Amino acid sequence: MTEPSSSTGFTLTLDGVEVSAYRGETLWQVAKRAGETIPHLCFKDASGYRADGNCRACMVEIEGERALAASCLREAAPGMVVKSADSERARTAREGVMELLLVDQPARDDSPDRSSHFWAMADQLAIDATAVRERLPTRRQGAVHHVAPREDSLTHAQGHDDSHSAMRVNLDACIECNLCVRACREVQVNDVIGLAHRGSASKIVFDFDDPMGDSTCVACGECVQACPTGALMPATLVDQAGHGDSAAADRRVDSVCPYCGVGCQLTYHIKDDEILFVEGRDGPSNANRLCVKGRFGYDYPRHPSRLTTPLIRKPRIAKGIDPAFDPANPLTHFREASWDEALDVAARGLVDLKAAHGPAALAGFGSAKCSNEEAWLFQKLVRTGFGSNHVDHCTRLCHASSVAALMECIGSGAVTASFMQASEADVVILTGCNPAVNHPVAATFFKQAAKRGTKILILDPRGQALDAYAHRSVRFSPGADVALFNAMLNVIITEGLYDEAYIAQHTEGFEALEAHVVDMTPEAMSGLCGVEPETIREVARLYATAERAMIFWGMGISQHTHGTDNARCLISLALACGQTGRPGTGLHPLRGQNNVQGASDAGLIPMVMPDYQPVSDAQVRAAFEELWNTPLDPEPGLTVVEIMDAIHAGTIKGMYIQGENPAMSDPDLEHARQALGELEHLVVQDLFVTETAQFADVILPASAWPEKDGSVTNTNRQVQLGRAALPLPGQAKPDWWIIQEIAKRFGLGWDYQHPRDVFAEMKRGMPSLDHISWERLEREQSVTYPCPAEDAPGADVVFSDAFPTASGRAKFSPTRPLPPDEPVDDAFPTVLTTGRQLEHWHTGSMTRRATVLDDLEPEAVASLAPGELARLGLAPGDALTITTRRGAITLRARIDPAMPEGMVFVPFCYGEAAANLLTNPALDPYGKIPEFKYAACRLSPADAA
Amino acid sequence: MSVRVFVPRDTTALSLGADAVAARLEREARARGLALTLVRNGSRGAAWLEPLVEVETANGRLAFGPVIAEDIPGLLDAGLLDGDLLAGDTGHPLALGPTEALPWFARQQRLTFARIGLTDPLSIADYLAHDGYRGLETALTRTPQELVEEVKASGLRGRGGAAFPTGIKWQTVLDTPADQKYIVCNADEGDSGTFADRLAMECDPYLLIEGMTIAGLAVGATQGYIYLRSEYPLAKTILDAAIAHAEAAGYLGDDIRGSGHAFHLEVRLGAGAYICGEETSLLESLEGKRGLVRFKPPLPAIEGLFGRPTVVNNVLSLAAVPFILAEGAQAYADVGMGRSRGTLALQLAGNVKRGGLVELAFGASLRTLMEEFGGGTASGRPLRAVQVGGPLCAYLPESQWDLPLDYEAFAEVGAGVGHGGVVMFDDSVDMAEQARFSMEFCKTESCGKCTPCRIGSTRGVEVIDRIRAGENRAANLALLGELCETMEDGSLCAMGGMTPFPVRSALTHFPDDFRRPVEGD
Ligand SMILES: Cc1cc2nc3c(=O)[nH]c(=O)nc-3n(C[C@H](O)[C@H](O)[C@H](O)COP(=O)(O)O)c2cc1C
Ligand code: SF4
Ligand code: SF4
Ligand code: SF4
Ligand code: FES
Repeated sequence: MTEPSSSTGFTLTLDGVEVSAYRGETLWQVAKRAGETIPHLCFKDASGYRADGNCRACMVEIEGERALAASCLREAAPGMVVKSADSERARTAREGVMELLLVDQPARDDSPDRSSHFWAMADQLAIDATAVRERLPTRRQGAVHHVAPREDSLTHAQGHDDSHSAMRVNLDACIECNLCVRACREVQVNDVIGLAHRGSASKIVFDFDDPMGDSTCVACGECVQACPTGALMPATLVDQAGHGDSAAADRRVDSVCPYCGVGCQLTYHIKDDEILFVEGRDGPSNANRLCVKGRFGYDYPRHPSRLTTPLIRKPRIAKGIDPAFDPANPLTHFREASWDEALDVAARGLVDLKAAHGPAALAGFGSAKCSNEEAWLFQKLVRTGFGSNHVDHCTRLCHASSVAALMECIGSGAVTASFMQASEADVVILTGCNPAVNHPVAATFFKQAAKRGTKILILDPRGQALDAYAHRSVRFSPGADVALFNAMLNVIITEGLYDEAYIAQHTEGFEALEAHVVDMTPEAMSGLCGVEPETIREVARLYATAERAMIFWGMGISQHTHGTDNARCLISLALACGQTGRPGTGLHPLRGQNNVQGASDAGLIPMVMPDYQPVSDAQVRAAFEELWNTPLDPEPGLTVVEIMDAIHAGTIKGMYIQGENPAMSDPDLEHARQALGELEHLVVQDLFVTETAQFADVILPASAWPEKDGSVTNTNRQVQLGRAALPLPGQAKPDWWIIQEIAKRFGLGWDYQHPRDVFAEMKRGMPSLDHISWERLEREQSVTYPCPAEDAPGADVVFSDAFPTASGRAKFSPTRPLPPDEPVDDAFPTVLTTGRQLEHWHTGSMTRRATVLDDLEPEAVASLAPGELARLGLAPGDALTITTRRGAITLRARIDPAMPEGMVFVPFCYGEAAANLLTNPALDPYGKIPEFKYAACRLSPADAA
Repeated sequence: MSVRVFVPRDTTALSLGADAVAARLEREARARGLALTLVRNGSRGAAWLEPLVEVETANGRLAFGPVIAEDIPGLLDAGLLDGDLLAGDTGHPLALGPTEALPWFARQQRLTFARIGLTDPLSIADYLAHDGYRGLETALTRTPQELVEEVKASGLRGRGGAAFPTGIKWQTVLDTPADQKYIVCNADEGDSGTFADRLAMECDPYLLIEGMTIAGLAVGATQGYIYLRSEYPLAKTILDAAIAHAEAAGYLGDDIRGSGHAFHLEVRLGAGAYICGEETSLLESLEGKRGLVRFKPPLPAIEGLFGRPTVVNNVLSLAAVPFILAEGAQAYADVGMGRSRGTLALQLAGNVKRGGLVELAFGASLRTLMEEFGGGTASGRPLRAVQVGGPLCAYLPESQWDLPLDYEAFAEVGAGVGHGGVVMFDDSVDMAEQARFSMEFCKTESCGKCTPCRIGSTRGVEVIDRIRAGENRAANLALLGELCETMEDGSLCAMGGMTPFPVRSALTHFPDDFRRPVEGD
C-alpha cells in the first residue's frame, strides 16, 4: 500500500462523517485513519502484504451498490458514501463470516494460539463462541474438520504436522486466508507454500503436500508471523497437546538481529527472562522480514556451554586444540576465577609484555559481532593502552579488498546505495555473492525486484537459489573474474556504451582504462573465464544500457589474491556507465557480519583511525591525540594474517582477542593455531570456550548481543540500536565493561557508565555520525549515515554530486587478469572454495549452539556436482576426504546440482572438519585478504585416503 | 449421380452411434452398388432425433431419425437414396419428411444457429456458401468505433449468464490504451444441462472464429484465446483444425484478407473446474495459475489477461456478432422483447421427451418451450419443476411457467435466464434433495477463496440434511436463511452469491419437500 501523498486528497463519507482519503487508499485504510479498525483476517496491515479480499470479514456497504464490498481491497473514491459501523447489513455479514470460521476452529482453549488475531477479531465482534457452536454444530463434532482430504493427505493425524523443528502446523485452525501463501510467495519469495484442492477441500500445502520438515522450506518463518490463527506457530509456543498462546510473553524488547550485515530489526518476546520467540520489525532493511537465523537462532546465549565465570588456565595444561576438551565442562583445563583476579591476570600479562618488549609486542582483534561502542573502545585501548596500531578484526577476512578498492577509487569504503535500491533498478548484477544463503532478507528485495521486472544478472562460478529469478545466470571459471569484467569493459568501450558526460564530469583516468582494455576483447578473455563472447557482450550491454543499474558483490569477489582488482573492475564498470549516484544505481559490497561496517567505521583497522582517517596522517593523529589526550603511534599496524606471521617471527607476544575466532576463521589453520600456541599471553573474551579460547591464558565471559545495549551499523550504512533483552548469565559482563576494566589496568582513567557515553565520544571523532545522536536512534530505531540534519533522513544513495576524494572525482584503476595463487594441477586437480550456509553463521560458535539451526544443519558437509560425486564413486552422504598442501579433512559429501564440476564447496563453520585447515593463506597485496575462495585440492573417498 | 447423405458428427450424434451409422451406410451402399456421397455435417441440435440422417433431394433435405446402424439396410430397402422418399410415403417409421418442415425446427428462429447441421463444419467453402464471413467482410470496412456502435445498437447482452451489454464491454476495452489487448472466449460451458456452446463450436466453428476476429478488430486486440473445457475433446479437435484452415485461407494471421489487420487465435484447455467459467478465475487459469476468482475492480476489460485490457465473452455472445455485422444491428435488435434483444439459445435437458437446442426470440414462455418443443417429460409423468440458467439459478414451479423468457422478467421473481439451460423434473423429484444438491455443488465447485462460499455451503449441506432429517426444523430453517444471507452478502463472486437462489426457490415453492421423512433415517 502506498502512503498517501497530500496532493491527491479528497473526501468521502464514512458512517455519516466526512473523512479525508487519498488516491490509492483502500476503504479499510481510510477507516483506520479515521479511528476505526474494521474487522479483518486475510488482510495484514503490514508492508509487502497485498490485500486478497478472501475472508470477507471486512465488508462495508457502499451507497448505490447492490453488493457489499471488501473494505481491505476496495479503493476509496471521491464522494463515496460508505457505511461501516452503521451498516446492519455489513455487521451481519461480518458476523456471519466470523461465525462460519469460528465453528470450524478448535475451541479457544484447545487452539494453537488462544491469543491469535483471529480471536481478537472474534472478541471485537463480540461473538459468543459457545452460542455459535451450539447453533451451528459441525457434522463431526470433536474432530473439527471442514476439510475431509486433509487427514488423508497429511501424514500426521488431524491436520497436525510437527515435522519441522522450528514450526508447528495445525491446519484444524486454518481459515484458508492465504496470508501464508502471500508471505511465502510474494513477501519472502520462497514459493514453498501453496493452496491445493478446490472448494471446501482447499488446503494449505508445502511443496507437493510434503511434511513441512521435508519440504523446500527455508524456515524464514514469515508464514508463522503472518498467520492470523496459529495454524502456523513457532514450535516454542505450542505445548505437547498443541495448545499455545502468542501473548504468553511478559515483555517485549525491540532490537536488531545479531547475525548478518542486513541488520534486520526484530522484537524479542520474553517470558521469565527467556526468549519465547522472535518477530520481525518494520526496519528499513527488513520490512518485518527475518531469515531462519534471526527468527529461530536465538537460544545460543542459554546454551549449557555458555561461559558464566572468568577462567584461568590451569598450570601445566598445554595450549592447543584438545579433541577431548568439552566446552561445556572447561574445568578440565581451566579453573574458575573471580573477576578481579581474572582481570588482573589478564591485564598484567599484557602490561608486563609491553614493559619488557615495547608496545609492538601486543596486538588485539576486536569483533564485528559487538557494538560500535565496543569496537571504538577496543581500538582505543589498543592505540592508547597497548600503544600500537596492531588492531584488526574479521573485515580483513571478508571485504578488506573491497574497501581498499573503494577507498582508492571513490574515497569511501561503504556502499554507495542501500540494497533496497535494487527495487528501483532496471538491471542488477549479483557477483561473487549468494544472498539467498548469506543475506537472505536482502535476497527477498532482489527476488521481489525480479518479479516486478528488474533484470537480475548473476555472475558466479557456482549456481544458486536466485538463479531461478535471474534474467541471465553466467557461470565463469573460478578465479577468472578479472578477465570477465575486463572483457565487459572492453565491450562497453568498443561499442561506445559508456556515459561520456558522466565520465567527463565525475571521473579521472578513463583514457588510461580505455587504452588498457583494448586488447581484452570477449574473444581474448573467453578462454580464461569460460564464458562465450556473445554472453559477455550481452551482459555488458544490459548493464551499460540500463537506465538504472546496480552491482552487488560478496566474498566471491573479495576473497582472492586479486580481490582488490576484482572490486576495481566493478567500480570501473559503474563509473564508465554512470551507474552511481542516482536512485537504483550504485556499488554495494554486501557486508557479512552484523557490525562489520560499524566496527570498521569505528576504527578496528590497523592502518586507519575511526572513519578511515589514515594513521599516517599527522593531522589525523593530532586530532585523536587531542581527543584522547595521549600520543599515538604513527606506524600503521599489522593485519590479521600478518599478526599471525609476526607471532611466528616472535615479535608479537601477547594478544587480546575479543569475540573473534581466528583458530577457525584464519586461512591455513595449522599455521594460525601454532601461532596462537606460541603466544606468551593470550586473553580471550567470548561467550563460549571457542577453538581460539582453547589457546587462552585467561578467558573472560562476555555478553551475547541480546544481553546488552549498543549501536550497530549494517551493510546499508544504517545505524540501529540493539537493546538488552536478557539478563547476563552468571558473572558474564558486557564487553564494553570488560574492555574498560582492562583499560583501567593499563592506567587509562576510563569511566563510561553506559554505551551512550561512548557513543557521545565517538561523535567527536567520527564526522560520519553527525546529526545522529543516541536519543535519535532510540526514537527512530534506524538512521542512515551520512545524515544532513537532525531532522532529515540520512542518504540512502550517496555521491550524486562529488566523490569524497581530493579532486572530487572518482578514479579508474585498470587491472590485468592474474591466475589464482595456487592453481589446480595434476596432484591437486580440484578447486576448493569455502563459505557459509544459510543456517550457520561464520565459525558456528553461536549457530551450532542454537537448537533449531543445529537441528537443521547438524553436521559437516561438502557440496559437489552430481558428476563429481559419480566420478569419485560416492553416494550422497558418504564420507569424503579433502586434501590440500596444508591439511586434510573428512566430512560427508552432499550432492548439489548448482556446483560446477571440478569444484568442491565447504562451509567453514564445522570445527570437526575445519575448512580453514585447507585454505591458502596467500594474501591480496592491497587488502591483505586471504584467498579463501580458491585453493587446489584433491578429493577421495574417506576410506581410500 | 451420387446422392449426398448427411450423418452428423458432433458429440451428441457420435455418442448415439453416428459413426457406426455412417460406416454401415457406406458398406451397405457399396455392397448394393449404390452411389452415395457421405457428408459428416454438424448436428442440427435436435438431440432427440440423433443420429439424424438426411438425404439431399431435389425437394430439399429429407430427415430420418433417430437412426442406428441396424436401421440402415431397412432404410436402403425402403429407398433411402431414391430421391423421392417422403415421410409417410414409404411408411418407414424413421422417415420424418423435409427437415426444414419439421415443426420442431420450423418454429425456431435461428439467427446464431442458422447454419448448424447444414454444412460440413470444417469446410470453409461450405461456410462461405452459407453466408459465412459476410460479417467480417463488412467489419473490415468499418472503424473500431463503428463496430462497437453496431454491437451496442444490436442490444446484444452477454450470453454467459450475467447478461452484460456486450457493446459496452467492448467500448471499455477499446477505450483503454495498452500495448496488447486480448479477446478471450469463454467456452468453459459448465452449467448443468447446457450444450449450446459446444454445438456452435463443433457444428459451425468458423462462426466463432469470425465473431472473435470481428471483436479483435473492434477493440484493437491481436490475440484471441478460446478457453475450452477439457470435457470437449471433439470441439478442441474441430476448433484446432478450423483455426489452421482459417490461417491458411488468410482469415486469421498477421494480415487478415489483406487488410493489414492481425488476429491470432489459440485454443486453451481448462482442467475441469466449474469455477473457471467465472471470467476472472478463467483468466487466472489461462495465465497458468490456480483458478481463483479475482476481486473486481479492476474489471477484466481494463486489467484482464496478463493485466491487459481483455474482452471476455461467452461463445454465444461472440457467435451472435457475425449476424449483427452481416445483417445490421437493427435486424438483430428487431427480435426479442424489452431490453432482451435478439434470440436466446435454450437447451432443453433433464427429464424431457424432445431435448435439444431451441433458438427462440426472447419473449416465449417456458411452458411453450417445455410442452411444445420439449413434449413434456421423458418419463411421461407430470412436470413439477424446472431449473433455468444453470446451477446458480432458481427452480421454477408451475406458477411461473408462463413468464416470458426475458432477463428482467426472470430477475423480478428471483430467477435467471443464465446461459439458457433448461433442466426439467417430473413429479418424482424431491426438491429438498435438489436444494441440498445446489449447496453441495457450491461446496465442491467453489474456488475456495472466500469464506461464505467455501464454508457457508459446507454448513449449508449439513443444515439441509438436518432439516430433512427432521432435526429442530424451525431453528435450522432459520439458520439456513442466515447462511444464505451471509453467502449472498459476503461472497466475492456469483458462485457463493447466487447459490442461495436455487436453495431459496426450493424452500419457497416446494416447502412440503422439506418436511418429508428421508429414507433410511
Ligand atoms: C461460477 C460461475 C461460472 C460461470 N461459468 C461460465 C461459463 O461456463 N461460461 C460462460 O460463458 N460464462 C460463465 N460465467 C460468466 C462469466 O463470469 C462471464 O460473465 C462471461 O464469461 C462474460 O461473457 P458474456 O458477457 O459474453 O456473457 C460464470 C460465472 C460464474 C460466477
Ligand atoms: S495457515 Fe494460517 S496464514 Fe495460512 S491460510 Fe491458514 S490461517 Fe491463513
Ligand atoms: S541473519 Fe541477516 S537476514 Fe537473517 S534475520 Fe539476521 S540480519 Fe536478517
Ligand atoms: S464466491 Fe466462491 S467461487 Fe466465488 S470467489 Fe468466493 S469462494 Fe470463490
Ligand atoms: S480482511 Fe478484507 S476480505 Fe479479509
